[in-house]
Amino acid sequence: MTWAIDLQNITREFTVRRPRRVVRAVDDLTLQVADGEAVGFVGANGAGKSTTIKMLTGILMPTRGTVRVLGRRPVPERRHLAREIGVVFGQRSQLWWDLPLRDSFAILGSMHRLAPSAQAARLARLVEGLDLAPFLDQPVRQLSLGQRMRGEVAAALLHSPRLVVLDEPTIGLDMISKEGLRRFLVEDRAERGTTLLLTTHDMADVERLCERIVVVSDGRTAYDGTLAGLRDSLRTPRELVVDLAAPLGVLELPEGAQTVAVEAGGIRHRIRFHAAEHSAAALLARITAQAEVADLSMAEPAIEDLVREIFARRP
Amino acid sequence: MPAYGTLAAATFRQYSTYRVATAAGVFTNSVFGLIRVSILLAALDASGQEIGGYTALQAATYVWLGQALLAPIEAFGTRTIGERVRTGEIAVDLLRPAPLLAVHLAQKVGRAGFLLLGRGLPPLLVGVLVTGLALPESPWSYPLGILSVALAILVSFLADAIVNLSAFWLVEMRGFQTLYMVVMNLLSGFLIPITWFPSWLESLARITPFPSMVQTPIDALSGRITPAEALVGIGLQILWAGILALVAQAMVRAGTRSLEVQGG
Repeated sequence: MTWAIDLQNITREFTVRRPRRVVRAVDDLTLQVADGEAVGFVGANGAGKSTTIKMLTGILMPTRGTVRVLGRRPVPERRHLAREIGVVFGQRSQLWWDLPLRDSFAILGSMHRLAPSAQAARLARLVEGLDLAPFLDQPVRQLSLGQRMRGEVAAALLHSPRLVVLDEPTIGLDMISKEGLRRFLVEDRAERGTTLLLTTHDMADVERLCERIVVVSDGRTAYDGTLAGLRDSLRTPRELVVDLAAPLGVLELPEGAQTVAVEAGGIRHRIRFHAAEHSAAALLARITAQAEVADLSMAEPAIEDLVREIFARRP
Repeated sequence: MPAYGTLAAATFRQYSTYRVATAAGVFTNSVFGLIRVSILLAALDASGQEIGGYTALQAATYVWLGQALLAPIEAFGTRTIGERVRTGEIAVDLLRPAPLLAVHLAQKVGRAGFLLLGRGLPPLLVGVLVTGLALPESPWSYPLGILSVALAILVSFLADAIVNLSAFWLVEMRGFQTLYMVVMNLLSGFLIPITWFPSWLESLARITPFPSMVQTPIDALSGRITPAEALVGIGLQILWAGILALVAQAMVRAGTRSLEVQGG
Protein backbone atom coordinates (compact mmCIF):
# COMPACT_ATOMS: atom_id res chain seq x y z
CA MET A 1 0.00 0.00 0.00
CA THR A 2 1.38 3.42 -0.88
CA TRP A 3 0.33 6.18 1.40
CA ALA A 4 -0.37 9.64 0.08
CA ILE A 5 -0.11 10.87 3.64
CA ASP A 6 1.75 9.01 6.34
CA LEU A 7 1.97 10.68 9.72
CA GLN A 8 3.57 8.58 12.45
CA ASN A 9 3.20 9.69 16.06
CA ILE A 10 3.59 13.35 15.31
CA THR A 11 3.59 15.90 18.09
CA ARG A 12 3.84 19.64 17.76
CA GLU A 13 4.39 21.89 20.72
CA PHE A 14 4.34 25.67 20.79
CA THR A 15 5.98 27.74 23.45
CA VAL A 16 3.79 30.58 24.56
CA ARG A 17 5.44 33.55 26.22
CA ARG A 18 3.91 35.35 29.18
CA PRO A 19 3.04 33.24 31.02
CA ARG A 20 5.67 30.88 29.70
CA ARG A 21 4.18 27.49 29.00
CA VAL A 22 4.18 24.80 26.36
CA VAL A 23 1.01 24.17 24.39
CA ARG A 24 0.69 20.82 22.66
CA ALA A 25 -1.38 21.46 19.53
CA VAL A 26 -0.88 17.98 18.09
CA ASP A 27 -0.26 15.08 20.43
CA ASP A 28 1.11 11.80 19.15
CA LEU A 29 -1.14 11.77 16.09
CA THR A 30 -0.92 8.91 13.61
CA LEU A 31 -2.77 9.17 10.32
CA GLN A 32 -2.41 7.27 7.08
CA VAL A 33 -4.28 8.20 3.96
CA ALA A 34 -4.12 5.85 1.00
CA ASP A 35 -3.63 7.02 -2.57
CA GLY A 36 -6.96 8.08 -3.98
CA GLU A 37 -8.77 8.23 -0.68
CA ALA A 38 -10.97 11.17 0.40
CA VAL A 39 -10.73 11.96 4.08
CA GLY A 40 -12.68 14.49 6.11
CA PHE A 41 -10.54 15.84 8.91
CA VAL A 42 -12.87 17.18 11.55
CA GLY A 43 -12.61 18.64 15.00
CA ALA A 44 -13.46 21.61 17.14
CA ASN A 45 -11.51 24.86 16.89
CA GLY A 46 -8.06 24.36 18.34
CA ALA A 47 -8.20 20.57 17.94
CA GLY A 48 -4.98 20.62 15.90
CA LYS A 49 -6.32 20.38 12.34
CA SER A 50 -4.56 23.39 10.90
CA THR A 51 -1.33 22.59 12.71
CA THR A 52 -1.43 19.11 11.18
CA ILE A 53 -2.02 20.57 7.71
CA LYS A 54 0.89 22.96 8.11
CA MET A 55 3.12 20.03 9.06
CA LEU A 56 2.09 17.88 6.13
CA THR A 57 2.54 20.72 3.64
CA GLY A 58 6.00 21.47 4.98
CA ILE A 59 5.53 24.92 6.49
CA LEU A 60 5.84 23.67 10.06
CA MET A 61 8.23 21.14 11.59
CA PRO A 62 6.80 18.53 13.92
CA THR A 63 8.39 18.59 17.37
CA ARG A 64 8.47 14.77 17.25
CA GLY A 65 7.37 12.06 14.86
CA THR A 66 7.78 11.43 11.15
CA VAL A 67 5.84 12.90 8.28
CA ARG A 68 5.81 11.54 4.72
CA VAL A 69 3.63 13.04 2.04
CA LEU A 70 3.67 11.44 -1.42
CA GLY A 71 6.84 9.73 -0.23
CA ARG A 72 8.58 13.02 0.54
CA ARG A 73 9.69 14.72 3.73
CA PRO A 74 7.64 17.92 3.57
CA VAL A 75 9.93 20.46 5.24
CA PRO A 76 13.21 19.80 3.39
CA GLU A 77 11.38 18.97 0.15
CA ARG A 78 8.74 21.65 0.40
CA ARG A 79 9.16 23.09 -3.06
CA HIS A 80 9.21 19.66 -4.74
CA LEU A 81 6.10 18.76 -2.83
CA ALA A 82 4.45 22.02 -3.89
CA ARG A 83 4.49 20.73 -7.48
CA GLU A 84 2.49 17.65 -6.51
CA ILE A 85 0.00 18.98 -4.02
CA GLY A 86 -2.69 21.62 -4.26
CA VAL A 87 -3.61 23.49 -1.12
CA VAL A 88 -6.46 25.85 -0.35
CA PHE A 89 -6.40 27.70 2.94
CA GLY A 90 -9.92 29.06 3.17
CA GLN A 91 -8.74 32.04 5.19
CA ARG A 92 -5.83 32.96 2.94
CA SER A 93 -5.37 33.68 -0.73
CA GLN A 94 -2.82 32.30 -3.14
CA LEU A 95 -4.06 34.61 -5.88
CA TRP A 96 -2.39 37.93 -6.63
CA TRP A 97 -4.73 40.41 -5.04
CA ASP A 98 -4.33 43.28 -7.51
CA LEU A 99 -4.00 41.26 -10.70
CA PRO A 100 -6.84 39.93 -12.86
CA LEU A 101 -7.72 36.35 -11.91
CA ARG A 102 -6.50 35.21 -15.32
CA ASP A 103 -2.98 36.51 -14.57
CA SER A 104 -2.75 34.44 -11.41
CA PHE A 105 -3.43 31.31 -13.43
CA ALA A 106 -0.85 32.33 -16.05
CA ILE A 107 1.79 32.89 -13.35
CA LEU A 108 0.96 29.69 -11.47
CA GLY A 109 0.94 27.72 -14.71
CA SER A 110 4.44 28.83 -15.59
CA MET A 111 5.62 28.32 -12.00
CA HIS A 112 4.45 24.74 -12.29
CA ARG A 113 6.11 24.53 -15.72
CA LEU A 114 2.93 23.35 -17.43
CA ALA A 115 3.10 23.02 -21.18
CA PRO A 116 1.04 25.85 -22.71
CA SER A 117 -1.40 23.50 -24.42
CA ALA A 118 -1.88 21.35 -21.30
CA GLN A 119 -2.34 24.48 -19.22
CA ALA A 120 -4.93 25.90 -21.61
CA ALA A 121 -6.88 22.62 -21.61
CA ARG A 122 -6.79 22.30 -17.83
CA LEU A 123 -7.76 25.93 -17.33
CA ALA A 124 -10.65 25.57 -19.77
CA ARG A 125 -11.90 22.61 -17.74
CA LEU A 126 -11.62 24.57 -14.48
CA VAL A 127 -13.25 27.67 -15.94
CA GLU A 128 -16.16 25.57 -17.16
CA GLY A 129 -16.50 23.41 -14.05
CA LEU A 130 -16.21 26.25 -11.55
CA ASP A 131 -17.98 28.81 -13.73
CA LEU A 132 -15.12 31.30 -13.64
CA ALA A 133 -15.69 32.89 -17.04
CA PRO A 134 -17.76 35.88 -15.86
CA PHE A 135 -14.97 37.28 -13.67
CA LEU A 136 -11.77 35.92 -15.19
CA ASP A 137 -10.58 39.40 -16.17
CA GLN A 138 -11.42 41.13 -12.90
CA PRO A 139 -8.77 41.91 -10.31
CA VAL A 140 -9.00 39.42 -7.47
CA ARG A 141 -9.68 42.16 -4.92
CA GLN A 142 -12.98 42.91 -6.68
CA LEU A 143 -14.29 39.34 -6.49
CA SER A 144 -16.99 38.26 -4.06
CA LEU A 145 -16.01 35.66 -1.49
CA GLY A 146 -17.72 32.89 -3.44
CA GLN A 147 -16.04 33.90 -6.69
CA ARG A 148 -12.65 34.20 -5.06
CA MET A 149 -12.98 30.80 -3.41
CA ARG A 150 -13.77 29.20 -6.77
CA GLY A 151 -10.67 30.96 -8.07
CA GLU A 152 -8.63 29.61 -5.15
CA VAL A 153 -9.77 26.07 -5.82
CA ALA A 154 -8.97 26.45 -9.52
CA ALA A 155 -5.50 27.76 -8.60
CA ALA A 156 -4.91 24.75 -6.35
CA LEU A 157 -6.05 22.29 -9.02
CA LEU A 158 -4.42 23.94 -12.05
CA HIS A 159 -1.34 21.71 -12.02
CA SER A 160 -3.47 18.57 -11.57
CA PRO A 161 -1.98 17.71 -8.16
CA ARG A 162 -2.03 14.14 -6.88
CA LEU A 163 -2.99 15.31 -3.41
CA VAL A 164 -5.45 18.10 -2.71
CA VAL A 165 -5.61 19.62 0.76
CA LEU A 166 -8.56 21.87 1.42
CA ASP A 167 -8.62 23.74 4.71
CA GLU A 168 -12.12 25.13 5.23
CA PRO A 169 -12.81 25.64 1.53
CA THR A 170 -16.48 26.50 1.97
CA ILE A 171 -16.14 28.87 4.92
CA GLY A 172 -18.45 31.85 4.50
CA LEU A 173 -20.03 30.62 1.27
CA ASP A 174 -23.77 30.53 0.62
CA MET A 175 -25.56 27.26 -0.06
CA ILE A 176 -25.50 27.56 -3.83
CA SER A 177 -21.79 28.40 -3.97
CA LYS A 178 -21.02 25.54 -1.59
CA GLU A 179 -22.98 23.09 -3.66
CA GLY A 180 -21.36 24.21 -6.92
CA LEU A 181 -17.92 23.85 -5.40
CA ARG A 182 -18.67 20.40 -3.99
CA ARG A 183 -20.10 19.18 -7.27
CA PHE A 184 -16.97 20.16 -9.12
CA LEU A 185 -14.67 18.65 -6.51
CA VAL A 186 -16.54 15.36 -6.76
CA GLU A 187 -16.32 15.42 -10.57
CA ASP A 188 -12.66 16.29 -10.64
CA ARG A 189 -11.81 13.53 -8.18
CA ALA A 190 -13.78 11.03 -10.19
CA GLU A 191 -11.88 12.03 -13.33
CA ARG A 192 -8.40 12.07 -11.89
CA GLY A 193 -8.46 9.83 -8.81
CA THR A 194 -6.97 12.53 -6.61
CA THR A 195 -6.34 12.02 -2.92
CA LEU A 196 -8.30 14.54 -0.88
CA LEU A 197 -7.85 15.76 2.66
CA LEU A 198 -10.53 18.18 3.75
CA THR A 199 -10.97 20.08 6.97
CA THR A 200 -14.27 21.78 7.49
CA HIS A 201 -16.86 22.82 10.00
CA ASP A 202 -19.58 22.10 7.47
CA MET A 203 -20.56 18.46 7.82
CA ALA A 204 -22.34 18.50 4.49
CA ASP A 205 -18.88 18.93 2.92
CA VAL A 206 -17.74 15.72 4.54
CA GLU A 207 -20.90 13.85 3.60
CA ARG A 208 -20.65 14.92 -0.01
CA LEU A 209 -16.91 14.62 -0.55
CA CYS A 210 -15.43 12.07 1.81
CA GLU A 211 -15.58 8.32 2.32
CA ARG A 212 -13.69 8.42 5.55
CA ILE A 213 -13.82 10.74 8.49
CA VAL A 214 -11.11 11.37 11.04
CA VAL A 215 -12.15 13.24 14.14
CA VAL A 216 -9.40 14.94 16.13
CA SER A 217 -9.72 16.18 19.65
CA ASP A 218 -6.95 17.72 21.74
CA GLY A 219 -4.44 16.88 19.04
CA ARG A 220 -5.31 13.17 18.99
CA THR A 221 -7.47 10.95 16.84
CA ALA A 222 -10.83 10.45 18.49
CA TYR A 223 -12.44 8.52 15.64
CA ASP A 224 -11.27 7.12 12.31
CA GLY A 225 -13.71 5.34 10.02
CA THR A 226 -16.78 5.86 7.90
CA LEU A 227 -19.34 8.49 8.69
CA ALA A 228 -22.06 5.84 8.96
CA GLY A 229 -19.84 3.85 11.31
CA LEU A 230 -19.36 6.91 13.45
CA ARG A 231 -23.11 7.27 13.78
CA ASP A 232 -23.56 3.60 14.55
CA SER A 233 -20.73 3.40 17.02
CA LEU A 234 -22.18 6.24 18.97
CA ARG A 235 -25.65 4.84 18.55
CA THR A 236 -26.98 8.27 18.00
CA PRO A 237 -30.65 7.80 17.26
CA ARG A 238 -32.09 8.72 13.90
CA GLU A 239 -35.35 10.54 13.77
CA LEU A 240 -38.25 9.76 11.47
CA VAL A 241 -40.91 12.41 11.09
CA VAL A 242 -44.23 11.28 9.60
CA ASP A 243 -47.23 13.41 8.79
CA LEU A 244 -50.42 11.35 8.78
CA ALA A 245 -53.37 11.92 6.46
CA ALA A 246 -55.74 11.82 9.45
CA PRO A 247 -54.97 12.53 13.12
CA LEU A 248 -54.07 9.54 15.28
CA GLY A 249 -53.23 9.69 18.97
CA VAL A 250 -50.81 6.76 19.32
CA LEU A 251 -48.80 4.71 16.85
CA GLU A 252 -47.88 1.13 17.77
CA LEU A 253 -44.10 0.83 17.38
CA PRO A 254 -41.68 -2.09 17.67
CA GLU A 255 -39.54 -2.28 20.76
CA GLY A 256 -36.62 0.17 20.74
CA ALA A 257 -38.39 2.74 18.64
CA GLN A 258 -40.27 5.41 20.49
CA THR A 259 -42.48 8.35 19.74
CA VAL A 260 -40.84 11.44 21.17
CA ALA A 261 -43.47 13.95 20.16
CA VAL A 262 -46.92 14.13 18.66
CA GLU A 263 -47.64 17.49 17.09
CA ALA A 264 -50.42 19.26 15.18
CA GLY A 265 -53.15 17.42 17.04
CA GLY A 266 -51.99 13.92 16.07
CA ILE A 267 -50.91 14.65 12.49
CA ARG A 268 -47.12 14.85 12.96
CA HIS A 269 -45.30 12.08 14.85
CA ARG A 270 -41.59 12.23 15.68
CA ILE A 271 -40.11 8.78 16.14
CA ARG A 272 -36.58 7.95 17.32
CA PHE A 273 -34.90 4.65 16.61
CA HIS A 274 -31.44 3.15 16.31
CA ALA A 275 -30.15 2.18 12.89
CA ALA A 276 -28.65 -0.99 14.32
CA GLU A 277 -32.04 -2.23 15.53
CA HIS A 278 -34.52 -1.15 12.90
CA SER A 279 -34.41 -0.14 9.30
CA ALA A 280 -36.33 2.95 8.38
CA ALA A 281 -38.22 0.95 5.75
CA ALA A 282 -39.44 -1.67 8.20
CA LEU A 283 -40.51 0.98 10.61
CA LEU A 284 -42.41 2.80 7.90
CA ALA A 285 -44.15 -0.41 6.84
CA ARG A 286 -45.30 -0.85 10.43
CA ILE A 287 -46.68 2.68 10.50
CA THR A 288 -48.44 2.54 7.13
CA ALA A 289 -50.24 -0.58 8.36
CA GLN A 290 -51.84 1.62 11.01
CA ALA A 291 -52.42 4.92 9.24
CA GLU A 292 -52.12 6.61 5.87
CA VAL A 293 -48.85 8.56 5.67
CA ALA A 294 -49.12 11.88 3.84
CA ASP A 295 -45.52 12.97 4.12
CA LEU A 296 -42.31 11.91 5.82
CA SER A 297 -38.76 13.03 6.41
CA MET A 298 -35.67 11.60 8.04
CA ALA A 299 -33.40 13.70 10.19
CA GLU A 300 -29.84 12.42 10.41
CA PRO A 301 -27.95 13.49 13.49
CA ALA A 302 -25.67 16.41 12.64
CA ILE A 303 -22.00 15.55 12.73
CA GLU A 304 -21.47 18.43 15.12
CA ASP A 305 -23.62 16.51 17.59
CA LEU A 306 -21.69 13.32 16.93
CA VAL A 307 -18.39 15.07 17.44
CA ARG A 308 -19.66 16.68 20.60
CA GLU A 309 -20.73 13.29 21.83
CA ILE A 310 -17.31 11.78 21.10
CA PHE A 311 -15.68 14.56 23.04
CA ALA A 312 -18.12 14.15 25.90
CA ARG A 313 -17.34 10.44 26.10
CA ARG A 314 -13.60 10.90 26.15
CA PRO A 315 -12.16 10.33 29.59
CA MET B 1 12.22 30.71 -15.78
CA PRO B 2 9.21 32.07 -17.65
CA ALA B 3 7.15 32.31 -14.44
CA TYR B 4 9.21 35.28 -13.30
CA GLY B 5 8.78 37.01 -16.64
CA THR B 6 5.02 36.46 -16.50
CA LEU B 7 4.88 37.76 -12.95
CA ALA B 8 7.04 40.80 -13.71
CA ALA B 9 4.99 41.64 -16.81
CA ALA B 10 1.70 41.26 -14.94
CA THR B 11 2.97 43.50 -12.13
CA PHE B 12 4.11 46.09 -14.69
CA ARG B 13 0.63 46.08 -16.23
CA GLN B 14 -0.95 46.31 -12.79
CA TYR B 15 1.05 49.43 -11.87
CA SER B 16 0.38 51.00 -15.24
CA THR B 17 -3.33 51.08 -14.36
CA TYR B 18 -2.74 53.29 -11.31
CA ARG B 19 -2.84 56.51 -13.32
CA VAL B 20 -4.04 58.90 -10.63
CA ALA B 21 -1.50 57.60 -8.11
CA THR B 22 1.23 57.95 -10.71
CA ALA B 23 0.24 61.51 -11.56
CA ALA B 24 0.09 62.45 -7.87
CA GLY B 25 3.50 60.85 -7.31
CA VAL B 26 5.03 62.68 -10.25
CA PHE B 27 3.64 65.99 -9.02
CA THR B 28 4.98 65.43 -5.49
CA ASN B 29 8.39 64.26 -6.71
CA SER B 30 8.68 67.32 -8.93
CA VAL B 31 7.64 69.83 -6.26
CA PHE B 32 10.07 68.34 -3.75
CA GLY B 33 12.69 68.37 -6.51
CA LEU B 34 12.20 72.12 -6.92
CA ILE B 35 12.52 72.64 -3.16
CA ARG B 36 15.66 70.52 -2.92
CA VAL B 37 17.22 72.20 -5.95
CA SER B 38 16.56 75.65 -4.42
CA ILE B 39 18.24 74.63 -1.17
CA LEU B 40 21.30 73.12 -2.83
CA LEU B 41 21.69 76.06 -5.20
CA ALA B 42 21.37 78.48 -2.29
CA ALA B 43 24.09 76.55 -0.44
CA LEU B 44 26.35 76.64 -3.48
CA ASP B 45 25.62 80.34 -3.96
CA ALA B 46 26.46 81.11 -0.33
CA SER B 47 29.74 79.21 -0.48
CA GLY B 48 30.61 80.90 -3.75
CA GLN B 49 32.41 77.79 -5.03
CA GLU B 50 31.91 74.10 -5.80
CA ILE B 51 30.94 71.94 -2.85
CA GLY B 52 32.23 68.36 -2.74
CA GLY B 53 33.09 68.55 -6.43
CA TYR B 54 29.61 69.64 -7.57
CA THR B 55 28.94 72.63 -9.80
CA ALA B 56 25.50 74.25 -9.64
CA LEU B 57 24.31 72.36 -12.70
CA GLN B 58 25.68 69.07 -11.37
CA ALA B 59 23.97 69.68 -8.03
CA ALA B 60 20.66 70.32 -9.78
CA THR B 61 21.16 67.20 -11.88
CA TYR B 62 21.92 65.28 -8.71
CA VAL B 63 18.58 66.33 -7.25
CA TRP B 64 16.57 65.50 -10.36
CA LEU B 65 18.15 62.09 -10.78
CA GLY B 66 17.54 61.45 -7.08
CA GLN B 67 13.89 62.41 -7.46
CA ALA B 68 13.66 60.11 -10.47
CA LEU B 69 15.16 57.18 -8.55
CA LEU B 70 13.06 57.75 -5.45
CA ALA B 71 10.11 55.67 -6.64
CA PRO B 72 11.95 52.83 -8.42
CA ILE B 73 14.24 52.13 -5.44
CA GLU B 74 11.28 52.66 -3.07
CA ALA B 75 13.37 54.89 -0.84
CA PHE B 76 10.58 55.09 1.74
CA GLY B 77 10.47 51.33 2.19
CA THR B 78 7.87 48.67 1.44
CA ARG B 79 5.83 46.59 3.85
CA THR B 80 4.57 43.73 1.74
CA ILE B 81 6.81 40.89 2.89
CA GLY B 82 6.74 41.97 6.53
CA GLU B 83 2.96 42.17 6.47
CA ARG B 84 2.73 38.72 4.91
CA VAL B 85 4.91 37.30 7.67
CA ARG B 86 2.90 39.10 10.33
CA THR B 87 -0.47 37.92 9.06
CA GLY B 88 0.70 34.42 8.13
CA GLU B 89 0.04 34.93 4.41
CA ILE B 90 3.70 33.98 4.01
CA ALA B 91 2.50 30.38 4.32
CA VAL B 92 0.99 30.73 0.86
CA ASP B 93 4.29 32.04 -0.55
CA LEU B 94 6.10 29.10 0.99
CA LEU B 95 3.72 26.66 -0.70
CA ARG B 96 4.60 27.93 -4.15
CA PRO B 97 7.07 25.84 -6.14
CA ALA B 98 9.42 28.83 -6.46
CA PRO B 99 11.78 30.51 -3.98
CA LEU B 100 10.15 33.20 -1.87
CA LEU B 101 12.66 35.96 -2.64
CA ALA B 102 12.68 35.21 -6.36
CA VAL B 103 8.90 35.56 -6.55
CA HIS B 104 9.00 38.88 -4.72
CA LEU B 105 11.97 40.05 -6.81
CA ALA B 106 10.06 39.31 -10.01
CA GLN B 107 7.24 41.50 -8.74
CA LYS B 108 9.78 44.15 -7.80
CA VAL B 109 11.25 44.07 -11.32
CA GLY B 110 7.83 44.63 -12.87
CA ARG B 111 7.06 47.38 -10.39
CA ALA B 112 10.44 49.09 -10.79
CA GLY B 113 10.12 48.88 -14.57
CA PHE B 114 6.92 50.84 -14.48
CA LEU B 115 8.13 53.25 -11.79
CA LEU B 116 11.28 54.04 -13.81
CA LEU B 117 9.18 55.07 -16.79
CA GLY B 118 6.13 56.50 -15.04
CA ARG B 119 7.76 58.12 -12.03
CA GLY B 120 11.39 58.40 -13.14
CA LEU B 121 11.23 60.18 -16.48
CA PRO B 122 8.82 63.04 -15.60
CA PRO B 123 11.03 64.61 -12.87
CA LEU B 124 13.94 64.52 -15.34
CA LEU B 125 11.79 66.34 -17.86
CA VAL B 126 10.95 68.96 -15.23
CA GLY B 127 14.68 69.24 -14.53
CA VAL B 128 15.47 69.81 -18.19
CA LEU B 129 12.89 72.59 -18.36
CA VAL B 130 13.68 74.30 -15.04
CA THR B 131 17.42 74.04 -14.46
CA GLY B 132 18.76 71.97 -17.31
CA LEU B 133 20.70 68.75 -16.68
CA ALA B 134 24.46 68.20 -16.72
CA LEU B 135 25.18 65.60 -19.39
CA PRO B 136 28.10 63.20 -19.17
CA GLU B 137 31.11 63.72 -21.43
CA SER B 138 31.69 60.05 -22.18
CA PRO B 139 29.04 58.05 -24.05
CA TRP B 140 30.02 55.12 -21.78
CA SER B 141 28.36 56.87 -18.88
CA TYR B 142 24.93 56.01 -20.30
CA PRO B 143 25.13 52.20 -20.42
CA LEU B 144 27.13 52.11 -17.18
CA GLY B 145 24.65 54.48 -15.57
CA ILE B 146 21.69 52.35 -16.64
CA LEU B 147 23.39 49.20 -15.36
CA SER B 148 24.14 50.97 -12.11
CA VAL B 149 20.48 52.04 -11.76
CA ALA B 150 19.37 48.43 -12.25
CA LEU B 151 21.84 47.27 -9.60
CA ALA B 152 20.72 50.07 -7.27
CA ILE B 153 17.17 48.76 -7.55
CA LEU B 154 18.39 45.25 -6.75
CA VAL B 155 20.46 46.35 -3.75
CA SER B 156 17.56 48.44 -2.40
CA PHE B 157 15.17 45.54 -2.85
CA LEU B 158 17.44 43.15 -0.94
CA ALA B 159 18.10 45.58 1.92
CA ASP B 160 14.39 46.33 2.18
CA ALA B 161 13.63 42.61 2.12
CA ILE B 162 16.04 42.08 5.02
CA VAL B 163 14.22 44.76 7.03
CA ASN B 164 10.90 43.11 6.19
CA LEU B 165 12.14 39.61 7.02
CA SER B 166 12.91 40.75 10.55
CA ALA B 167 9.15 40.31 11.00
CA PHE B 168 9.91 36.61 11.53
CA TRP B 169 11.32 37.61 14.91
CA LEU B 170 9.73 40.98 15.63
CA VAL B 171 6.00 41.20 16.10
CA GLU B 172 6.07 44.95 15.62
CA MET B 173 8.56 46.16 13.06
CA ARG B 174 7.45 49.70 12.29
CA GLY B 175 10.04 51.31 14.55
CA PHE B 176 12.84 49.37 12.92
CA GLN B 177 11.51 50.26 9.51
CA THR B 178 11.40 53.98 10.28
CA LEU B 179 14.95 53.85 11.64
CA TYR B 180 16.10 52.07 8.50
CA MET B 181 14.41 54.64 6.28
CA VAL B 182 16.07 57.58 8.05
CA VAL B 183 19.52 55.97 7.94
CA MET B 184 19.08 54.86 4.33
CA ASN B 185 17.86 58.27 3.12
CA LEU B 186 20.87 59.94 4.73
CA LEU B 187 23.72 57.50 4.06
CA SER B 188 22.63 56.64 0.52
CA GLY B 189 23.26 60.25 -0.43
CA PHE B 190 19.61 60.79 -1.26
CA LEU B 191 19.22 63.94 0.86
CA ILE B 192 22.59 65.45 -0.02
CA PRO B 193 25.55 63.86 -1.85
CA ILE B 194 27.73 61.93 0.57
CA THR B 195 30.76 63.89 -0.66
CA TRP B 196 29.22 66.85 1.14
CA PHE B 197 29.32 65.01 4.45
CA PRO B 198 32.00 65.61 7.05
CA SER B 199 34.75 63.17 6.22
CA TRP B 200 34.03 60.81 9.17
CA LEU B 201 30.41 60.47 8.06
CA GLU B 202 31.38 59.99 4.43
CA SER B 203 33.82 57.24 5.47
CA LEU B 204 31.07 55.64 7.52
CA ALA B 205 28.62 55.81 4.60
CA ARG B 206 31.15 54.25 2.25
CA ILE B 207 31.40 51.05 4.26
CA THR B 208 27.62 50.53 4.05
CA PRO B 209 25.55 49.34 1.08
CA PHE B 210 23.57 52.60 1.08
CA PRO B 211 25.63 54.63 -1.44
CA SER B 212 25.09 51.74 -3.89
CA MET B 213 21.39 52.63 -3.87
CA VAL B 214 21.55 56.32 -4.83
CA GLN B 215 25.00 57.93 -4.91
CA THR B 216 26.62 55.42 -7.25
CA PRO B 217 23.92 55.28 -9.98
CA ILE B 218 23.49 59.05 -9.99
CA ASP B 219 27.21 59.69 -10.24
CA ALA B 220 27.60 57.07 -12.96
CA LEU B 221 24.67 58.33 -15.00
CA SER B 222 25.40 62.04 -14.67
CA GLY B 223 29.04 61.54 -15.58
CA ARG B 224 30.24 63.23 -12.38
CA ILE B 225 32.57 60.26 -12.05
CA THR B 226 34.53 58.77 -14.96
CA PRO B 227 33.42 55.49 -16.55
CA ALA B 228 36.41 53.83 -14.87
CA GLU B 229 35.24 55.08 -11.47
CA ALA B 230 31.72 54.02 -12.36
CA LEU B 231 32.98 50.51 -13.00
CA VAL B 232 34.44 50.39 -9.50
CA GLY B 233 31.10 51.58 -8.13
CA ILE B 234 29.29 48.90 -10.13
CA GLY B 235 31.68 46.28 -8.78
CA LEU B 236 30.81 47.41 -5.27
CA GLN B 237 27.10 47.27 -6.09
CA ILE B 238 27.48 43.69 -7.29
CA LEU B 239 29.41 42.83 -4.15
CA TRP B 240 26.70 44.33 -1.95
CA ALA B 241 23.94 42.63 -3.91
CA GLY B 242 25.71 39.31 -3.31
CA ILE B 243 26.20 39.92 0.41
CA LEU B 244 22.64 41.14 0.95
CA ALA B 245 21.21 38.25 -1.08
CA LEU B 246 23.08 35.78 1.14
CA VAL B 247 21.86 37.51 4.29
CA ALA B 248 18.26 37.68 3.04
CA GLN B 249 18.34 34.04 1.98
CA ALA B 250 19.76 33.00 5.36
CA MET B 251 16.96 34.95 7.04
CA VAL B 252 14.33 33.22 4.92
CA ARG B 253 15.81 29.85 5.85
CA ALA B 254 16.11 30.62 9.55
CA GLY B 255 12.73 32.33 9.58
CA THR B 256 10.88 29.47 7.95
CA ARG B 257 12.52 27.03 10.34
CA SER B 258 11.28 28.97 13.34
CA LEU B 259 8.05 29.89 11.63
CA GLU B 260 4.89 29.53 13.55
CA VAL B 261 2.42 30.69 10.97
CA GLN B 262 -0.04 32.98 12.66
CA GLY B 263 -3.75 32.35 12.52
CA GLY B 264 -5.84 29.36 11.40
